[in-house]
Amino acid sequence: MDLRFSDEEKEFRQEVRRFLADNLPDDIRQRTAEAIHASKEDLVAWTRILNRKGWAVPHWPVEHGGTGWDPTRLYIFQEETQRHAAPQPIAFGVTMVAPVIYTFGNDRQKKTFLPRIANLDDWWCQGFSEPGAGSDLASLSTRAVRDGDHYVVNGQKTWTTLAQNADWMFALVRTDPQAKKQEGISFLLIDMCSPGIEVRPIITIDGCHEVNEVFLTDVRVPVANLVGEENRGWDYAKFLLGNERTNIARIGTSKLRLEQIRRSATKQMSGGRPLLEDPRFREKLLAIEIDLKGLELTQLRVVSADAKRGNTGRPDPASSILKIKATEIQQATMLLHMQVIGPQAAAMNATDMEHADLMAHQPEFASKAAARYFNGRKVTIYGGSSEVQKSIVAKSVLGL
Amino acid sequence: MDFDLSEEQNILKDSIGRLLSDKYSFEKRRHYQQSAKGWSDALWSDYAGMGLLALPFAEEDGGLGGSDVDRMVVSEVLGKALILEPYFATVILGGSVLRHGGTPEQRARLVPQVAEGALKLAFACLEPQSRYDLGDVETRAEQAGDGWRVTGKKTVVIHGGSADRIFVTARTGETADGKTPVGLFLVDATAAGVAIDDYLTHDGLRAADVTFDGVAVSAQDVFGTPGEALPLVQRVVDEAIAVLCAEALGAMTVMLDLTVDYLKVRNQFGGPIARFQALQHRASEMYVAVEQARSMTLFATAMLASPDDEERSNAVRAAKFSIGREGRFVGESAIQLHGGIGMTMENAVGHYFKRMTMIDLLFGDSDHHMAALADSNARFG
Repeated sequence: MDLRFSDEEKEFRQEVRRFLADNLPDDIRQRTAEAIHASKEDLVAWTRILNRKGWAVPHWPVEHGGTGWDPTRLYIFQEETQRHAAPQPIAFGVTMVAPVIYTFGNDRQKKTFLPRIANLDDWWCQGFSEPGAGSDLASLSTRAVRDGDHYVVNGQKTWTTLAQNADWMFALVRTDPQAKKQEGISFLLIDMCSPGIEVRPIITIDGCHEVNEVFLTDVRVPVANLVGEENRGWDYAKFLLGNERTNIARIGTSKLRLEQIRRSATKQMSGGRPLLEDPRFREKLLAIEIDLKGLELTQLRVVSADAKRGNTGRPDPASSILKIKATEIQQATMLLHMQVIGPQAAAMNATDMEHADLMAHQPEFASKAAARYFNGRKVTIYGGSSEVQKSIVAKSVLGL
Repeated sequence: MDFDLSEEQNILKDSIGRLLSDKYSFEKRRHYQQSAKGWSDALWSDYAGMGLLALPFAEEDGGLGGSDVDRMVVSEVLGKALILEPYFATVILGGSVLRHGGTPEQRARLVPQVAEGALKLAFACLEPQSRYDLGDVETRAEQAGDGWRVTGKKTVVIHGGSADRIFVTARTGETADGKTPVGLFLVDATAAGVAIDDYLTHDGLRAADVTFDGVAVSAQDVFGTPGEALPLVQRVVDEAIAVLCAEALGAMTVMLDLTVDYLKVRNQFGGPIARFQALQHRASEMYVAVEQARSMTLFATAMLASPDDEERSNAVRAAKFSIGREGRFVGESAIQLHGGIGMTMENAVGHYFKRMTMIDLLFGDSDHHMAALADSNARFG
């Protein structure tokens, strides 16, 4: 047992830091640190910088453009980019649909889609959840009926994150209504420009337009855009969800948030002294930092086990623990950040992400702390709610 | 990075595990506990035979050259068995004083005796007024010829009643600028002027209040520099805390296992209570807490090697804070999920809960360490 990073790993971390220092534009970094999401323009710009370096999709297999880094280096890269406020890739393309395409897709699909995902030429959204299928995803009812070379798709998807930016959607659709509910589902790639698609915004409690409803009415999808086999979509979806484990904890982002909290707490005065000098405040801050330290080591244990044994591609119960604990910590940082800002956090700003660029000129007290706190209530809900994760742990780890 | 144990560590872990599963059943433990001294001589000899008592000491001193991780591995297994023998007091507390504060002569004289099980030690650092403050020392040491005389009262000296010799902290002068000059002395338990009041603690172990009335200490039994021994005491306590974290982790692991097993066999409302989601989720939360505690135990153990004393102490404080909190959650949940049976002396789970709780009270509970961290410049980024 040796909990230190090797010299080569330390050097790699320095290399990533140097690259970020030299290549991450300052304005993008500042906007990303403050924003709830990076803007589309910033993310596209940064992705292309990364892609020129060959670092846009490091976790992909080398033959499709990956870097061949081991899990430890992938982790270091993620941590550093998060901590230095580089725009984080939207998972839907690079970590969700792409692995499904390169694992189960045909050659034409690989050739068509993968390079465009890596360069963010195509923005992807996820068509999984439906009004009647949230945590119980397999009960989805969007129908796809074969008609010659096409499927005709009818139904409604919801909570579709950033569908307003999307060029493509990967969707779970029901192709066999007679089969058991998990067995009649297929995985389709749908062009968002297709006639019959309507995207309606859902404004969340933070005032943001982040998620949408997507209505599909007689949308014709070429059969060529079916991934893998018909009615095997549930298997691909499980594979997709199991791939999320390395970045589920977002350690670097929480570290960035804690640094912001410390900085704010040196400026905010309370009882004639900086808040950071108040022992009661320090206790709250330290409790989160310590929790994060523990989580980081848990994450590194998973990373190290992956490095040794190789990712099996199956959902690992460890990712459930990471999700449960990491989202608690993320929410704790968002709450504390708002509390540090204090009464001035009450002012509502133009939090709509399309106006994110306006925020760069605002002083810190007018930051998005409260909006981020409200927005952050989602993290224990999406991607399998904490309650779902606890049921997974109970079943697959504890055998209950 | 590598989180796996070495082959030797796995062998060590398995062989202690086998010994204890053989000789530390619930019934046998009760039997040992009811003996006069409250633990088993036979097991103590077994530990010596296996090299457990020699493990942490350098090979040139007669030890096995074990590492910080080795002690962690051993202590987690011992924590699973709730052992009663004075291993922690002798090998961890006393052993750390020898390793970090002993001169070559002192180590040569004492380490072999500890290693073969002939010498049992205790570490007396707390006083009735001191709470967890290692620097709050009213016990006095005064120079007398070549040696010293120690007078004062120490409390909750773990396994003080079993010890042949006791390390004692004592002030060697007056407090100035808020700093008390502290010395560390090794006293014979049978020396004139030593009075030992031995008692049971809630976890079934023993502790003692020890009074020293002008007890003579020879020059060869002074450890560290008189008046400047507080950093040594702090280091000993830091190492002890890291080991306690591992022991607590062992106890937490067992509480989770016992609880999960019980949920599967206890039938109510026509089937096992494991099918109830409220109970499943509480058990899952216990699992998350155990894994967090495991990570923090690793953190404390890894940081013992830090060349920076403050960084080391802060890491250990963070771990003790975390283990105290997670351990209480796991323990209270284990009792809750067992229901009435968990409240009884007849069931094992309560004994783990009590050990866990006593560990929180040893060398600073979670509130104490959090307050200390908040008073320092500690940060964990």
